[in-house]
Amino acid sequence: MDNVVIEALVRALAVGTPLLLACLGAILNERAGVVNLGVEGLMAVGALAAFAVAASSPDANLWLAVGASMLAGAALALLHAVATITLRANQFVSGLALALIGTGAAGLLGKRFEGLPLFNKVADLSLGGLTVSPFTVAALLLAGAMAFWLGATRSGLTLRSVGENPAAADVLGVNVGLIRVLAVMGGGALAGLAGAFLSLSYRSSWADNMTAGLGWIAVALVIFVGWRPLRAIAGALFFGFLYYLQFRLQGNSPIPTEVFSAMPFILVLVVLALAGVRGQAGNAPAALGRAYVRGER
Amino acid sequence: MRFVALNAPSAARSALVTLAALAAALLICALVFTLSGHAPGEVYGTMLRGTLGDSTGLGEVGRRTIPLLLIGAGLALAFRAQFFNIGAEGQLLLGAVFAAGTALFVPLPGPLLLPAVFVAGFVGGGLWALIAAALRRVNVNEILSTLMLNYIAVALVTYLIAGPWKGKDVRGYIYTDTFPASTYLPTLPGSQVHWPTLLLGVAVALGLQWVLSRSTFGYALRVVGENPGAARYAGLSSGRVALLVALITGGVAGLAGAGEVAGIHHRLLEAGQISLGYGFTAVIVAWLARGNPALCLITAPLMGVILAGGDILKIDLNLPFRVVDVFSGVILLCLIASEVFIRHRVQWGRA
Repeated sequence: MDNVVIEALVRALAVGTPLLLACLGAILNERAGVVNLGVEGLMAVGALAAFAVAASSPDANLWLAVGASMLAGAALALLHAVATITLRANQFVSGLALALIGTGAAGLLGKRFEGLPLFNKVADLSLGGLTVSPFTVAALLLAGAMAFWLGATRSGLTLRSVGENPAAADVLGVNVGLIRVLAVMGGGALAGLAGAFLSLSYRSSWADNMTAGLGWIAVALVIFVGWRPLRAIAGALFFGFLYYLQFRLQGNSPIPTEVFSAMPFILVLVVLALAGVRGQAGNAPAALGRAYVRGER
Repeated sequence: MRFVALNAPSAARSALVTLAALAAALLICALVFTLSGHAPGEVYGTMLRGTLGDSTGLGEVGRRTIPLLLIGAGLALAFRAQFFNIGAEGQLLLGAVFAAGTALFVPLPGPLLLPAVFVAGFVGGGLWALIAAALRRVNVNEILSTLMLNYIAVALVTYLIAGPWKGKDVRGYIYTDTFPASTYLPTLPGSQVHWPTLLLGVAVALGLQWVLSRSTFGYALRVVGENPGAARYAGLSSGRVALLVALITGGVAGLAGAGEVAGIHHRLLEAGQISLGYGFTAVIVAWLARGNPALCLITAPLMGVILAGGDILKIDLNLPFRVVDVFSGVILLCLIASEVFIRHRVQWGRA
């Protein structure tokens, strides 16, 4: 019995890791007032950048690969920042464009890496008898650190003020535009890191569409967890467990497999609707989704 | 750099900015091609030759223009009401499912069957979009809900063609039996342009333009989209407008799905074969048309070239079809990022 529970937990943690990392990234930029629906694309370029560096030679530096994924995510997110913050474009549509560009460019540039071996994958850690990826440990620590930073430090408060009331922050001398750009790039870097986990640790390979909708679930997760990093751990575990069930029940159940492949997406709808009915959508940063222009309200 | 608002932006300024955005998008895409190891000149040349260069290519463009026109015209309406329906892909698939169910299982005499197939397509797509409109009432962002519904629609199609609707005369493949011949649409000779659906698309684009600019509902829709506060004050129900808009925009996407299965495939088959990402590409069709359904008559063929061109690039240059996503994404981003230049002029220096 214990074994089943522990196996479920370990597997749920594994699938939950990219969800958690991407969700933390989205929380970061949304707390500063910027929605970025492009997470799916950011994860795809992150996965490719990491794999491209790691697969370039047998003794390629894995730190470099991880850094490349974060850099690629941040660079793509910068497009979103320029479009929505400098040029005041619609954040939702820009994010959608970003998702298309990211998945498209990763598919196009990644074609030559398809089917290639990964020489040195990221080694798993053994913690108290559990085998977990270092990415998982990092994601959990990061959630704690982000909760502390947003809740208890001056700079965290400044970031939140930019998302809640940019006009007031501006009056107090906060550079709203700069903070938002940095938050969007930070969010992109974390989404890229989520991609690196997929290509360096979880799958240890590159394939087109390997993000398979995880990015979209991460975006929805942000609303479900009410923009709180610690709750994101529970949310990611929950969806990770769902994927585990899908994997376990497939094949040995009378339910058709398509029901399982649709299940995460159906569940996201249910969860979003529940959050909506409970009024949780009201927890959103007050200025979320709106461009800030000095002197306009 | 500061933006100074213009009182009345001219149509010429709008057209010029749009063209500049398109040019910028083509330049950025050229950069991506160079990075992927392909000469941009070769890529663009191959695309143009393969799409506009001969009658076969033009036929391929025409075939892809049909769903783009139908969906784009509907989305143009939806965007004017600030209903960001990104799920036309799923609505098209549900239209195809309902159309196929009618064609395969509803015993109607020949001349009645084809209209029934299209009505069913409209209902299927409309209902799928209504789910998102209903969820919006409990504050679920429609971009997220329609996207999730896309994934669910794909699973539904796969389930049907691999399970209960799997054809009797197919071995190994997954698709349904062939529809009765009375549901086949005529095509232009030497092409897969099912012209009755094309005519339907033209009628829908013009009809929706009329609805938007001349009808009471169109007025309510524009007020709700442009000034929700004023709409509430005037007693216009934005919830009801959203429901109707969802029904129309999802319904016409469903018509597109019915047209694809009745006009080209004559059976229900895998989601990726029914639609080549028409739902997403139509977002650009509608955005390029700046929310005017009638202008989709110009912008739909334009994006039709890109979709047909993606196929040519796949065959001739062995590029992945994902290249279309790059085009779509970059064009969309450039379009929305350039919008500020339509309503503002740029002033350098500090205020």
